Amino acid sequence: MRQLQEKINYEKTFDCVHCGYCLPACPTYESMQKETHSPRGRINLVKQFAEGKIDIEALQEPIDKCLGCNACAVVCPTNVEYSKILESAKGVLDEQKPKTKKQKIAEKIIFDQVFPSKTWMNMIGQATWLYKKSGLQSLLEKTGLTKWAPLHLGQFEQVLPDLPSPAERKRRQKVAKAIGRSKAKVGFFTGCVMDSIFFKINAKMIDLLTRAGVDVFIPDEQTCCGALHAHSGKLGSSKELAKRNIEAFERENVDFIVNNAGGCGARLIEYEELFEDEPEWRERAKAFVAKVKDISQLLVELDTLVFTKPVHEIVTYQASCHMLNVQRVAEPPLRLLKSIPGIDYREMEGSDRCCGSAGIYNIIQYDESMKILDQKMDAIKPTDAHTIVTTNPGCLLQMKLGIHREGLENRMRAVHLVELLYEAGPERRNPYDY
Amino acid sequence: MDEACLRELSKIFAQDQLLTNLSDLHSYSYDASFGTYLPNAVVQVKNVDEVSAVLKLANRYRVPVYPRGQGTSLSGGPLPVKGGIVMDLSQWKQKLEIYPDDLVAIVSPGVLTSEINKAAEKYGLMYPPDPSSSHVSTIGGNLAENSGGPKGLKYGVTKDYVLGLEVVTPEGEFIRTGGRTIKNVTGYDLTKLIVGSEGTLGVITKAFLKLIPKPPTTQTMMAVFDDLVISGKAISKVLTSGILPAKIELMDRSSIIAVENYRPLGLPVEAEAILLIQLDGHEETLNKEIEETNRIVREVGARETVIPGSREEADQLWQARKLVSPAIVTLKPTKVSEDVAVPRSKIPDMIDRLNRIKEKYNIHLVVFGHAGDGNLHPNIICDQRDTEEMIQVEQAVSEIFNAAIELGGTLSGEHGIGTMKSPFMEEELGSITLDMMRRIKTAWDPNHILNPGKIFPEPDQNSLVLRDG
Repeated sequence: MRQLQEKINYEKTFDCVHCGYCLPACPTYESMQKETHSPRGRINLVKQFAEGKIDIEALQEPIDKCLGCNACAVVCPTNVEYSKILESAKGVLDEQKPKTKKQKIAEKIIFDQVFPSKTWMNMIGQATWLYKKSGLQSLLEKTGLTKWAPLHLGQFEQVLPDLPSPAERKRRQKVAKAIGRSKAKVGFFTGCVMDSIFFKINAKMIDLLTRAGVDVFIPDEQTCCGALHAHSGKLGSSKELAKRNIEAFERENVDFIVNNAGGCGARLIEYEELFEDEPEWRERAKAFVAKVKDISQLLVELDTLVFTKPVHEIVTYQASCHMLNVQRVAEPPLRLLKSIPGIDYREMEGSDRCCGSAGIYNIIQYDESMKILDQKMDAIKPTDAHTIVTTNPGCLLQMKLGIHREGLENRMRAVHLVELLYEAGPERRNPYDY
Repeated sequence: MDEACLRELSKIFAQDQLLTNLSDLHSYSYDASFGTYLPNAVVQVKNVDEVSAVLKLANRYRVPVYPRGQGTSLSGGPLPVKGGIVMDLSQWKQKLEIYPDDLVAIVSPGVLTSEINKAAEKYGLMYPPDPSSSHVSTIGGNLAENSGGPKGLKYGVTKDYVLGLEVVTPEGEFIRTGGRTIKNVTGYDLTKLIVGSEGTLGVITKAFLKLIPKPPTTQTMMAVFDDLVISGKAISKVLTSGILPAKIELMDRSSIIAVENYRPLGLPVEAEAILLIQLDGHEETLNKEIEETNRIVREVGARETVIPGSREEADQLWQARKLVSPAIVTLKPTKVSEDVAVPRSKIPDMIDRLNRIKEKYNIHLVVFGHAGDGNLHPNIICDQRDTEEMIQVEQAVSEIFNAAIELGGTLSGEHGIGTMKSPFMEEELGSITLDMMRRIKTAWDPNHILNPGKIFPEPDQNSLVLRDG
């Protein structure tokens, strides 16, 4: 029992005083309307489980249905470390709950081989490209077969972006030099999903950074940030991935480690906490974390870009939960958006609330996710936005799916912040300034 | 609970409105106070017929029913202490209508309190009661507990804003009390009886609330004192000088230090007390009044006063008050939040008594609260895993209650009696008054099915217990 209590962060559940201030912040409490699916409810269930009062089956659904958006932690008046309790509960569920052999093998492949592997991620990018280019996609869409595919993947396939060819992928250089005098040396943490499915956005990002006056390095040895592993209770592998990333970026000796995926960034800044009992790695992680920045933060701090092409659109912004609630980066994306000439920025109601994407939540908890997405689209429509801007690949796909589900493709689009900045003709203000 | 009763419930409610699995039962077993009690079922009601059907059924089977809002109660109001059915009203939030010409709001029980004020503001009106949980708590819960808040000083509490109610009686009958007029003396004032009855006399299904014009602007002041007694005198002096602030909040030395350690805001850590004062009204009047208030508190002996020049600076001062709760729990995780109220002139005496109790039991006790109306929140910071300590805390809390009663005050200003304070009822009220209350309860609820175990002490309940059984 004691061992289980330690593993599941039982002691941390006592920090919760049951005040309920987290209820209005929780998207699943709103959509599912039950205390059981609120942060306070989940913390209590973890506590009851650790005390042996409920079994693992009673714990599983409420934990599985948590988005992990961390909005509760931001409003918590007693600073309960909700994400730690959640992760450890997932860890225990992952260990204890009986799984079929097939499930185990599938998980092993996904988490141990696919996500950490550049080759795999490139292949997925290429396979998706092939799938779209070969006509297979339109064939499947026409026959309606994708709708029957398990996990509703068909839904997501319809909103996949145009992908680069394998040759284009190969052509990317490991280093890109600043335009004008270099202000800093930046390591680019490319992110698995960004670099496979949104490879073209990453290419624009590199261009954007050089225009902003920094040298960009893309270490080959970097790997998955480990967020999806941690969120699925696989803390061990999450740690290994962290080590590989720390090593990869140490080698390049960069000033900043920049990323453009809110979820990855949130994981990267938590690296230090992973190594509480490994002092040497803790130090290295600390140095790593100090350099991590979201692209929007870096661009605002550099303050080197001017936007030369007006964008005459109504724009709204859907925050990435992990960027907002874990990295606590709120203002920089808005500052950048508002600095684009011609933009009519309109805030949607609840722009700080999760869109229901939440890592792979929209795949494994499809129905719940779609309820939350529908609420989100209801908040977006009154803004009359032409463009929804996001800062995370999961949110971006989810927003594309939302537009598709509403049949609004003709008058609305979803883009990554980087894409919109790129469209707005970014130029360096004074190329030879230090 | 009878299987047959459960079967009948499942005929009344759709599957997603009747919760009986273990994870759901555990999730409605607590509120923001102490103790967890498993119900046998939870029903999520959304109309009068459902409420009535549950209560009729419960009377037939003699099963207890506990109305519940969003479970922010600090006194145990919604706890299902004897098992049975938790009636969750938090999802019945569809009705929120403002009638600006009548200055009336009509609401369903699950509407959040702060949403009422927000809706009223669109018409230049306001709904003043502002418990600090108003963005979470439901109006139904506020009505049942007669919640207060800082603005109680100038504007009164929940009961002062209720014109009429729709209620389902414990036996399942639908009644209306009061109406939607300001004046109404037709018969007994059942509205006032139901408000603050902690869900023991009926389930509130609709409320007609009074709104008032919203003052155009506010002005804040902080006054710093080297002596608590002098801060108390300053409050009396301001209030007898023709100035009625919207709120006067007090932070004692230990809460100042706790906040400053938690987040340095530049608070005067060597001071014995600070008062945060907010005035509201028209700008010109406010400029005069704030000047006058400043003069008075300095004359009485404030060491220093701060009048913020901007909205942001004012917000920062109020931030200090808001941070007391998070700041104090960094020391230890358990917070026993008390709620005594004393006549205003007795505030210094009460604080003196509190300090003596703190020393006697060697506990972490901080004092803050709505000093302007005599309602103090002594908070004891402890660790519920430490049985020894909790026994000390229980004794200290009992002594706090006694002190308040001795000074002519009351057990609870705004949190309610619930399960926690019922052992002390007789001491404050006397046996005959308590018996009159019991008779009212029995007249309304002959089978004692609605929210049993609250307000009235159980036969074996003679002291406060904060530990889980």
